Amino acid sequence: MRWLREHVVLILGIAILLYTFIPIFVVVLMSFNDPSSRLIYRFDGFTMDNWLHPCEPEGLCSALGTSIQISLLATLGSTILGTLMAFALVRHDFLGRSSMNLLIFLPMATPEIVMGSSLLALFVATGFSGQLGFWTILIAHIMFCVSFVVVTVRARLAGMDDNLEQAAMDLYATPRETFWRITFPLVFPGILGAALLSFSLSFDDFIITNLNAGNTTTFPMYVWGVAQRGIPMQVNVVGTVMFAISVLIVVGGELNNRRRSKALATAS
Amino acid sequence: MAEMTRRRGLTGYLLLVPGVVWLALFFVIPFYSLVAASLFDPGGSVFSGYEMTWHVQNYWDALKEYGKPNSWSDWGPLLRSFWYAGLSTVICLVLGYVLAYAIAFKAGRWKNLMLVLVIAPFFTSFLVRTLAWKLILGDDGPVVSVLQAVHILGADGRLLATPVAVIAGIVYNFLPFMVLPLYASLDKIDHRLIEASGDLYANPFVGFFKVTWPLSLPGVVSGTLLTFIPAAGDYINAQLLGSTNQRMIGNVIQNLFTDANDYPAAAALSMILMVVIIAMVLFYVRRAGTEELL
Amino acid sequence: MSSPADLADQGAARATARTDSFDGLRLENVTKSFGSFTAVDDLDLDVPRGSFFALLGPSGCGKTTTLRMVAGLETPTSGGITLAGNDITYAKPYKRPVNTVFQSYALFPHLDIHENVAFGLKRRKVGNVDAQVTEMLELVELESQARKKPAQLSGGQQQRVALARALINKPEVLLLDEPLGALDLKLRRNMQLELKRIQTEVGLTFIHVTHDQEEAMTMADTVAVMNAGVIEQMGAPQELYENPRTTFVANFLGQSNLIGGTIKSRAADVVTVDMHGVDVSIPAARCHADGDEGWIGIRPEKVLIGDPGEQLDAPGNSIPGGVVTDVSFVGVSTQYQVRMPWGQEIQVFAQNTGHRRIYRPGESVELSWRPDYAFLLDASQDAKAGAQEGTD
Repeated sequence: MRWLREHVVLILGIAILLYTFIPIFVVVLMSFNDPSSRLIYRFDGFTMDNWLHPCEPEGLCSALGTSIQISLLATLGSTILGTLMAFALVRHDFLGRSSMNLLIFLPMATPEIVMGSSLLALFVATGFSGQLGFWTILIAHIMFCVSFVVVTVRARLAGMDDNLEQAAMDLYATPRETFWRITFPLVFPGILGAALLSFSLSFDDFIITNLNAGNTTTFPMYVWGVAQRGIPMQVNVVGTVMFAISVLIVVGGELNNRRRSKALATAS
Repeated sequence: MAEMTRRRGLTGYLLLVPGVVWLALFFVIPFYSLVAASLFDPGGSVFSGYEMTWHVQNYWDALKEYGKPNSWSDWGPLLRSFWYAGLSTVICLVLGYVLAYAIAFKAGRWKNLMLVLVIAPFFTSFLVRTLAWKLILGDDGPVVSVLQAVHILGADGRLLATPVAVIAGIVYNFLPFMVLPLYASLDKIDHRLIEASGDLYANPFVGFFKVTWPLSLPGVVSGTLLTFIPAAGDYINAQLLGSTNQRMIGNVIQNLFTDANDYPAAAALSMILMVVIIAMVLFYVRRAGTEELL
Repeated sequence: MSSPADLADQGAARATARTDSFDGLRLENVTKSFGSFTAVDDLDLDVPRGSFFALLGPSGCGKTTTLRMVAGLETPTSGGITLAGNDITYAKPYKRPVNTVFQSYALFPHLDIHENVAFGLKRRKVGNVDAQVTEMLELVELESQARKKPAQLSGGQQQRVALARALINKPEVLLLDEPLGALDLKLRRNMQLELKRIQTEVGLTFIHVTHDQEEAMTMADTVAVMNAGVIEQMGAPQELYENPRTTFVANFLGQSNLIGGTIKSRAADVVTVDMHGVDVSIPAARCHADGDEGWIGIRPEKVLIGDPGEQLDAPGNSIPGGVVTDVSFVGVSTQYQVRMPWGQEIQVFAQNTGHRRIYRPGESVELSWRPDYAFLLDASQDAKAGAQEGTD
């Protein structure tokens, strides 16, 4: 009884955590499903077919390819733009700091539907409504990822002891050497985290993408489309692979952290 | 002078320029386009073009059509969105607080692992996970069967196409946005304060509300905002788990843009959504007294 | 690290303004303002080569700013800094032969101990780095920790790495910014001795910034007491303690009783002061008061306590009419608060030699001190300046 009272919060917490994994179990299970009909979405039997022929459903793999391309480019673009801004915010003095903070905060506090519709309104107003597609999606994705990059990298930079850079200068390192040997290696985990976040935000986005995609189809749009008709089980294969990759990255990062956590304790 | 010295000069501006230009072009200016579009002549179309007629009437039409309750059971999409989002936020707060509290204070050396597990499921596509819920909550699914067996649901009762399913979906999808900020502020609390409160207040609940809760308020404020705002604009859960009776404002805006091609009405509705959210956020942040968030 | 010729010329030109051929560190009329706040005010300072120099003062007194200007991490608003005759006022931090041991140590967390210590040598493209690093790690007794990361070491070990990382560059001046502040008392005592040993061994100029007066007095051969951006007094620790020139120094370095008095007569070697009706004499060399009024200063351990009318071992000043108000027994000594007839409480530290009894609160006593120990300070100063700030 006493044990229960002391652990009740932890047990509830673990229960909530398990609840967040319920759909994942279903996704993994359904990736092995052998459906009797396209219209009935339930587990009918085990098969490896979905895994052996992931590209069988028409359009799935091309949508996936489009999504990966867009996400990679959006990650690259937003990580560069956001990292530069984070450095400016933490390390440099400039006029209009508070409006800059607002400009970075607002995209995170705006509902996606509003961001998506205003971008569409812009494209229509400037006569680009016919050119909606890959590039407009990419523009939108970079836009909404930048703020998250800034916030992540800024936190890392602000948490860094600025004495370290002064110590490097004191030890005969030029500003350039100081940046590449001290600042950048210490901020890099933050930049990497921001890039991963950008990738997953971009890869997963539906609402903004859907409004600005024209005839281009990304993976979420493909899923949305087939959800009305009948879902090919290969969608669950993709879901499972995404989950596995993210777990590998996150757990790998965590193990790496654990190995070096003591060593890096002072940096964070 | 131990404090951070920020460098003056041109470099700071140069570093800001690319990002600021991008955000200005594709975030700020589009707002003006949206305002403009919401005032276009509703008689135009995407194909024939729109005329700027300062047609403020678009707003009244949109509010009349989507903003007022039709009956006691049908609140209309706009009010329903805020109702669903608000209720989901409260449920998220309860679940998220328990989880964040467990991670921050009870998880010991499993802290980092649990944090990782909070985020892990959300790397799998939002849509794919929501479709999985559709299966779980489906008419032949395990949840409905159990609820029918214990007579909470009638023999032909269902969860899909009800507010329960939509709210459950929203709660599920936005839970990490609640847990992470809550965890961040709970983790900063000095454990000794909590132990001291255990000595001061005989009842642990009193101790909790006198010490832990006030100290975690910044996390509560940012967590509820990060949950409520996207939830109010979401339409994926309503579309996949609900029916036309659970339509939210996002569904309407989306339809007006992509299917009905009624840009002025869609833009006006977007503006209304944004303005209401900003008003609510400002009111809430002021009441909570944590303006540092901005 | 030889300085560029043009800098040397400028330095030489500047150096002629004052005594030539000074080969230490010299600050001339250095002022540093941050907005309207003046951190360092028209500071002149000579630090001889090879000395262990302590800059002592409460937090915010400008000592760290002074240090940072010497390191090149701040630029003076006006004035100049020369090192062995070379002007280094505006030289970049990475171009001056000065290294710093930071208060937080500022060890690079992503590099191991060996790499941390090697950092400066590698930036200067010096050869034979590994051997030098090994030698330096031996000096600070950390050779077995070379491949560990800083966070895996204890506070004292980290401090020694920070020291090694700076020392290995053989700077002309080594700056220590409260390097022992983060250590516990016992470790701090050990490190103080170790630092002193290393300084004697390598013979470099050390400038040590601290707010801990005991630390400054233990380690340094010259101490400069700094307050509100100016140096109040500078000299050997013993000289500062025994003959303070300002109330700030009297209170900040140890404790002092400061009693108001009126100067009655000034002879060539002795000044007589009326202290609330009692005449006390003070050697002229220890008088730092210009007007008719002054603060008579006496250290608590120099005050003797005895029964009324008792002839104490203090020919000269004897002050009757005291009443003990508080006694605390601290082992080696007994500390008394004695209320004097004029209402002031005087602190007395009596050694527990066993020859004298311990007084109880309420007892009447007579106080006395040798005139040679007293000092006289200017009455225009605040008698409480610097008090209580000395103990962290």
